[in-house]
Amino acid sequence: MTAATDTASGRSWMQPAAWRNVLRDYTLVPLAILLVLLVISVELARPGTVNTDWAAVTVRQAVVLAILAGCQTLTMLTGGIDLSVAYVASMTGFLTATFVHEPGGWVLGVGVALAAAALAGLVNGIGIGIFRVHPLVMTLGMGLIVFGFANVWQLATLQTGAGVPSELRTLGTGLTAGVIPNDLAVFVPVAIVLILLLRRTGYGRMLYAVGDNPVAARLSGVRSWQVLVVLYVISGLLAGIAGLLQSGLSNTASVSLVVPYLLPSVAAAVIGGTSILGGRGGYSGTIVGALILTVLTGFLSIILPEPWRQIVLGSIVVLVAAAYTRATAEA
Amino acid sequence: MTASAATVDRSSAAAGIIGRFGRNNAWTLSLLGFLAALLVFTKAINPHYGLTSFQFTATAVLPLALAAVAQTVIVISGGIDLSVSSQMALTSCVAATLMQNYPGEGLAVAIVLLTLALGLLLGAVNGALIVVTKVPDIVVTLSTYFVWAGFALLVRPAPGGAAASWLEGLAVGYVGIPLLPMAAVVLAVIVAVIWIPLVRSRLGLSLFAVGSNRLAAFRSGVPVNRTKFLSYVIGGLIAAFAGLSLTASTGIGSPVPEPTYVLISIGAVVLGGVSLAGGVGGVFGPIMAVVVLQLIRDDMTFMNVDPNYGLVAQGFILIGVLMVGSLIHMRRSRS
Repeated sequence: MTAATDTASGRSWMQPAAWRNVLRDYTLVPLAILLVLLVISVELARPGTVNTDWAAVTVRQAVVLAILAGCQTLTMLTGGIDLSVAYVASMTGFLTATFVHEPGGWVLGVGVALAAAALAGLVNGIGIGIFRVHPLVMTLGMGLIVFGFANVWQLATLQTGAGVPSELRTLGTGLTAGVIPNDLAVFVPVAIVLILLLRRTGYGRMLYAVGDNPVAARLSGVRSWQVLVVLYVISGLLAGIAGLLQSGLSNTASVSLVVPYLLPSVAAAVIGGTSILGGRGGYSGTIVGALILTVLTGFLSIILPEPWRQIVLGSIVVLVAAAYTRATAEA
Repeated sequence: MTASAATVDRSSAAAGIIGRFGRNNAWTLSLLGFLAALLVFTKAINPHYGLTSFQFTATAVLPLALAAVAQTVIVISGGIDLSVSSQMALTSCVAATLMQNYPGEGLAVAIVLLTLALGLLLGAVNGALIVVTKVPDIVVTLSTYFVWAGFALLVRPAPGGAAASWLEGLAVGYVGIPLLPMAAVVLAVIVAVIWIPLVRSRLGLSLFAVGSNRLAAFRSGVPVNRTKFLSYVIGGLIAAFAGLSLTASTGIGSPVPEPTYVLISIGAVVLGGVSLAGGVGGVFGPIMAVVVLQLIRDDMTFMNVDPNYGLVAQGFILIGVLMVGSLIHMRRSRS
């Protein structure tokens, strides 16, 4: 930082420190540039790809990823992580589908599914907040439990049959006015609530405080166990919403539908600038991170076969995380 | 604390030493007790559960137990390895493919050595990335999870390959008396060759020092970065053994990492009394925890319970034990 101010009269933007400050203070700017570059690369790799249809497909996939990455962003701010989201999300989509031919219909299904998701989150929160179990293990274990129960439920309802409700399909695959994906009707409010929650409310401040310095937060009167219990319930509910959207999008009800999104959800939050160590990050970065990851996956699938795609994707996540670590290191 | 305890013990009687051993290993000993009770229970609900079944259990447990040992070494030094299952997939695929393309029992020895060297390399890449970029362990190993899985798919687009017959023989059957399953002996040999010299070495001490307090270790002159790096290298070597054991027990290599391996390796490490904060624990607890988790699944099968409840039970046991353990810890630190 000092290097940048010393040479402010000169060409300070040439200094690496200046770039470091941009990356640290205005995370969204380099991320947005990266996103635009990626979109241009997609168009160059296969001319004619980028149009409204492509945008709608990309946004739909990114929305599911962004909501799941929201779970990771919120929990990572407190120094935690939620690895149960993929199983919770798959479970809600599946559970809803099994209610389609039942008396209550899909509305009851959605209600039961979201209640189950919140319950899973509550158990996570109690374990992490009150019993101080490490979030990684607690949510891993919860993931196993939810996956097991979903499988049991699957066997129990095998005869009755299941189908993704047409309402969810409309939400997941439909377009309003021919261009705007319907699931933005769910995502935009969710995103606004999350961004305002983190930036404007006391609860949001507490999330940062607990993650940044738990002892200081406790001494300032934050009851961190309450913060954490609420946090993991929110995370469970978000995962549930993502699962409903994904089952509508893919028209599939499967107990492992969302599992491939688990690692990308963490990656999207990391690319968006949220630190896994807690106390630093935000949801707007995560949204762009999810878009980048979705466009990147699409781009790589054009130019590379599947194995290389995974290799490049993994390498990019390490590189981006390394860039952030350098940028935010104490100079 | 250890220093003063040691002084007191030197003057005390043998009973005191046993008592101290009990206190220091209370968690492992209660786990051993639980395992014994579980074996008795297994025998009670399934009178056919004999030595042959025990050998099957040992074969099934071997890859997971090795994965848990690999995870233990890394967790003790304060890290975590989410890429362990894809390291296993990659090493297993490389070994199975090479053994298919270059058949021959003698050549297989060279292939095994090559696979172990690959494990060292994978661990070295993980460790170097973590030390050089200073990115948190979780993020680095999450990314290399993709990378190794991608390479595994390059090596073997579909499950297949072959295993030398002597390698397959190392995972099944028994040695000498039926009470000694071959898989258990192999595990014991690997642990004896890697873990026991490690904890007695300077590096072993450094692993615990870095894991329990990085800054204090640094100020005491422990080479922190080198220790972290080496913990991943050793973890990679053991993960390669785990991958080889997969090839040995299945006869092929599968490019898709088993998703539950990471979960269970971390869960077993914690159940086995190793703190995720680092600096505490050993390998015997996690190995026993893996056996316990496997036996519970087996028992559920014997009782004709839907195997998915086995998954639920594993999860509940994992969480329940951790909650109780953490509660005891909190009580103790409060008093």
